This record gives sequence, structure tokens and C-alpha cells, in this order.
Amino acid sequence: MSISDWFKAREARRYTAVNGERVAGDVPDGVWNKCSSCKRIVYEGQLVANLRVCPYCGNHFDLTAFERIDLLADPGSFAEFDAGVGSTDPLGFVAAKPYTVSLESARERSGLTEGVVVGRATIGDHPVVLGAMDFRFIGASMGSAVGEKIARSFEVATSERRAVVLCTASGGARMQEGMLSLMQMAKTSAAARRLAEARLPYISVLTNPTMGGVTASFAVLADVVLAEPGALIGFAGPRVIEQTIKQHLPKGFQSSEYLLEHGMVDEVVVRGQLTARVTTLLGYLAGGGEQA
Amino acid sequence: MTRRHVMEFERPLVELEAKLGELRQLDLTANPELAAEVAALAVEIEALRESTYADLSAWDRVQISRHPDRPKAQDYLAAIFTDVVELHGDRCYGDDEAIVAALATIDGRRVAVLGHRKGKNTRENIARNFGMAHPEGFRKAMRIMRLAEKFGLPLVTLIDTPGAFPGIEAEERGQAWAIAESLALLSGLRVPVVAVGIGEGGSGGALAIGFGDRLIMLENSYYSVISPEACASILHKDAGKAAEVATCLAMTATDLVGLGIVDEIIPEPVGGAHRDPGEVFGAVRGRVSEALKALSGRDPDELVSMRYAKLRAVGVIEEVQG
Repeated sequence: MSISDWFKAREARRYTAVNGERVAGDVPDGVWNKCSSCKRIVYEGQLVANLRVCPYCGNHFDLTAFERIDLLADPGSFAEFDAGVGSTDPLGFVAAKPYTVSLESARERSGLTEGVVVGRATIGDHPVVLGAMDFRFIGASMGSAVGEKIARSFEVATSERRAVVLCTASGGARMQEGMLSLMQMAKTSAAARRLAEARLPYISVLTNPTMGGVTASFAVLADVVLAEPGALIGFAGPRVIEQTIKQHLPKGFQSSEYLLEHGMVDEVVVRGQLTARVTTLLGYLAGGGEQA
Repeated sequence: MTRRHVMEFERPLVELEAKLGELRQLDLTANPELAAEVAALAVEIEALRESTYADLSAWDRVQISRHPDRPKAQDYLAAIFTDVVELHGDRCYGDDEAIVAALATIDGRRVAVLGHRKGKNTRENIARNFGMAHPEGFRKAMRIMRLAEKFGLPLVTLIDTPGAFPGIEAEERGQAWAIAESLALLSGLRVPVVAVGIGEGGSGGALAIGFGDRLIMLENSYYSVISPEACASILHKDAGKAAEVATCLAMTATDLVGLGIVDEIIPEPVGGAHRDPGEVFGAVRGRVSEALKALSGRDPDELVSMRYAKLRAVGVIEEVQG
């Protein structure tokens, strides 16, 4: 037995204890994840059954765009649009590796064309445009294509009188498209404003992490801003701030709970209650009120 | 003689100029050979001066845009506007000196002016946080935008910031929220908006007051999604590669005209705006006035939908039919 095999065997010995209820299904036995927060081992089946929330400490694992959509949309109601909209490499950007290579490998890895998936759906029978960002795709950073899909989402909703529900997760503006990316902040904010002028509701769900140019544009322009527990949300990244002020940051800085305390988000909602909460909110905001 | 700030790329030229200066102090009447050499050196320097400033890289321009003597927003306010009334405070938290807000008159036209404000010296720069605004700065800017809209005053903005301030208090008070709201407000403002890049255009903090119906840039100003240093340290783990990255980021005025983001470029004197501020003030006044004249009398609905169409057109995408 080599040393590395011995370590593997020891890992297996140490962690068999948490092998609790297995969930039947197509998940192979023995696939496990280590919770980044409590460091315990969670079996894939358990995680799926618990909406990818750690059953021990409540840590919310990342969701892919389609996992997020499955969570929120009424079953079978989601119809994606603009699935083929993708960024190109308008600047011929090469740093460390060419942008075209980053794009290609992100597409291969995620099976997506870009960092956000958008479509028509219903949530609790309310017609909406629903979008979810996918952090696996170059950190779901916003370049021309993400900006375009978000702007079109607001436009489709405005012309079809739908509400908009967007789940964000992003490192910020996509550096590799330079100013074209920065301008998407203004473009998406302008589109969000037009939806607001049409008095249609917009609910955003900020998930881990939502940073930079995405936070500082459409993500926080919603009528109601929700956040998932423990998400990192902010403008400047924690490392940039530490380097600037030459101080360590307080514990929990830029977390959902911290932002709730500072009046920046309306509510921190656990994943298991998210769909119900969004449905209730849509009832209030999309119901027309008394003056309709 | 005051010490002159020397930029990296002009160092060889400045050193030669200094040597020539010293040689010219000497009495050369008794030494015609040396006199001839001095004359030759002067010719050489002239050629070097031409080539040094002829073909500036993006990184050279970044240095010019950050030059301590480069005219600042307050210099433009003093030089090209009259009857300036500065307004203070966001009515919420405080008065952020990193943003200057004023009512002012340009060529007889009453306008509102917003600008990022850097200092001229260390003391001023500390008070103004080197032109890096906190949320209250952007909220002050929004107050002035609403004021301009309410009373039908066109808005002129002067862009010159390394970026919005990355700090604990800025995050606590909602830096992202303030910028996002400013973007939304500016995009739908029912008066003409003319934005002028006069120095640094650093990311979201610049954009918050940095777009409109016309976006004009001085030749050596830059506008970028991220500072070249930060981009280099993220992508190369080496801030020293900033020069290389600056070219990649397409952040110069010429690059941005090519991308359809910037409408026009105002040329600067050889070596940069600080070499002849008077000339630059004159050019900026002329172009801003012309832009305001062209936009005046437009129906507000038309103005706002034109601005939206302009923003909407920015981006390069491909559409694969699925």
C-alpha cells in the first residue's frame, strides 16, 4: 500500500460515520462533498435532497443556473430564450491565456453559451422572465453577452407585462471585454429602469458571490432584494479593500447578514423557503393592488 | 524652480534637456568645438521630443492622465464656467469632497455640473480621497441630477477618478447601491447630458456620472473597466505587467471611438494637457457648448429614448441559432 492509498483509506475510515440516510435515485453510491463551511462530508444524494444545503451547518452550496431555475420555476414552465447569445473576443484579448480559450473551456465545462440563462416561466402561476447566473462560466462575469441577455430580459418583460426574477452570482464586469463590459452596467440599469417605469415588479435574489459591476448595476435595482444566507455580496472585493486600507476585515464583512443589518437587502431567505417567498412577493407586487 | 513631475516614458528626454540646460550656462565663446556639439545636441533633443510624444502607448497616456499638474475638475469650473455656485451634501450622510457639484453658466447657457474632484497637493488629496468617492458622493451627484431635471438644466459631467473608493465604510453604506441607482437615474434623465473624460476613467466610479447623450474624451484621458495594475495582478499575478495589459484593455480615447463608446476626441498640446491648460480649456468649452447647442430644444422623451438606443447598441455578441 502506497502512502497516498493509506491516506485515502484513512479518510474513508474517518468519514463512514456520517453515512446516514441514503437517497435512492441516479446518484452513484459514495459520491461525497466536503462542506466548505463545517468541513464535514455530505453525500451527494443527501445534498440533492436538501437543495444543496449542508444538512449539518446550513451552508448553501453553489447552484448551477438550471438547478436554480428548477428550484424557482413552476414545473415544466420554463422556456429559455436567447440561448445562443454568446460573447466573442472583440478586443483580441490575451493575458496569461487568450480570452477565446477561456470562453471555449467555459462552454465545454458548463454546457452553456454564456454566464446567464434567461427565459419565460411562471412562479406560483405568475408570468415572469426568470434568469439565473452560473458562476462556473468565467465567474458569471458580465461582458457584452450577459449584458445583452439581461437587457433583453427586462425588455421582454416590459413588452409582455411580466415580472422579472433574477438570481445573481458574479465576480463583476468581465475584464476581457474592457469598456464594452463596463458599459453593460449602464445598459442593464437603463433597461431595469424602463421596467420600473412600466410599474412591473422586479425581484432579485443575490447568491454567493455577487460582486463588482453586477452588484453595482441591475442586481440591486430590484423592488425587493433578497439574499441567500452567507453569500458574499459587495462592490469591491475583500482583498482589494484589505490592500487599500491595510487592515484585516471584520468577520462576516460583506455577508448577506451584514448587508441586512446595514439596510441593504430586504430579507435573507433560506433556500428551502425561497420559492414560496418569491411567490408571496409576486402576489403583492404583480397583483395590481387596489388602484390598478 | 519648482520640481517637475517626470513620467517614465519621457525620462530620457528630460535628462537630456537638463544636460543641455547646464551646457548652456557655460561660456562657450572660447571653445567653438564644444559650441558646435551643444548645437548638435539641441537638434537631437528636438528629434527625440518629437518621437517621444508622437506615438504614445496606452500606458504612456495613463501616466499623462494621472499627471499631478493635469487640469482638474475645479480648474475647468473656474476657467470655462461663470457664475459658479457650488452645492454641497447628499442630505443623508455628508458632503463627499471627491465629487464636486455646481450650478454654472457656460457661454451664456445655464447648466448643472458634476465632476470627480482630485486635489492639487497631498493635503487636498487627502480631503478629497484622491478623487475616489464614497456612496454619499454618488448620492450627492444624484441630488444634482434630479435638480437639473426638475428645472430643465442640461447636465455637464467631468470624469476624473481612479475609481469608487474600496473601503469598509463605503461597502457599509452601499457603494454598489449608490452606483447602480446613479446609472439608472442618469440613463433616464430628461435633460441633455454631456460627459467629458478629462483624466482617469476608473471603472464603476467613473461610469456613475460618466455617460450621456455625448461622451467626449481628451486625447490622453483613459476610460477602463479596471485599472491596468489591478487587471495585471489578477490575470498575471504581477502588477508590473500593467503596461502590457493597458494595451489589451483598449482604454484610450481612440480605442473607444473604435468601439462606438466615445463620440469625439479633443486633442491635447504635445506632452499633455498640463503643458498648456489654456488651450485645453478653450477646446473643451467649445466642444461642450457645441454639444449642448445640438441637444437643446429636443423633446425630453426623444432625448431619453435616443440615450437608451445608444446604450443598447454597446456590445459585441454572436447569436447561434439553437
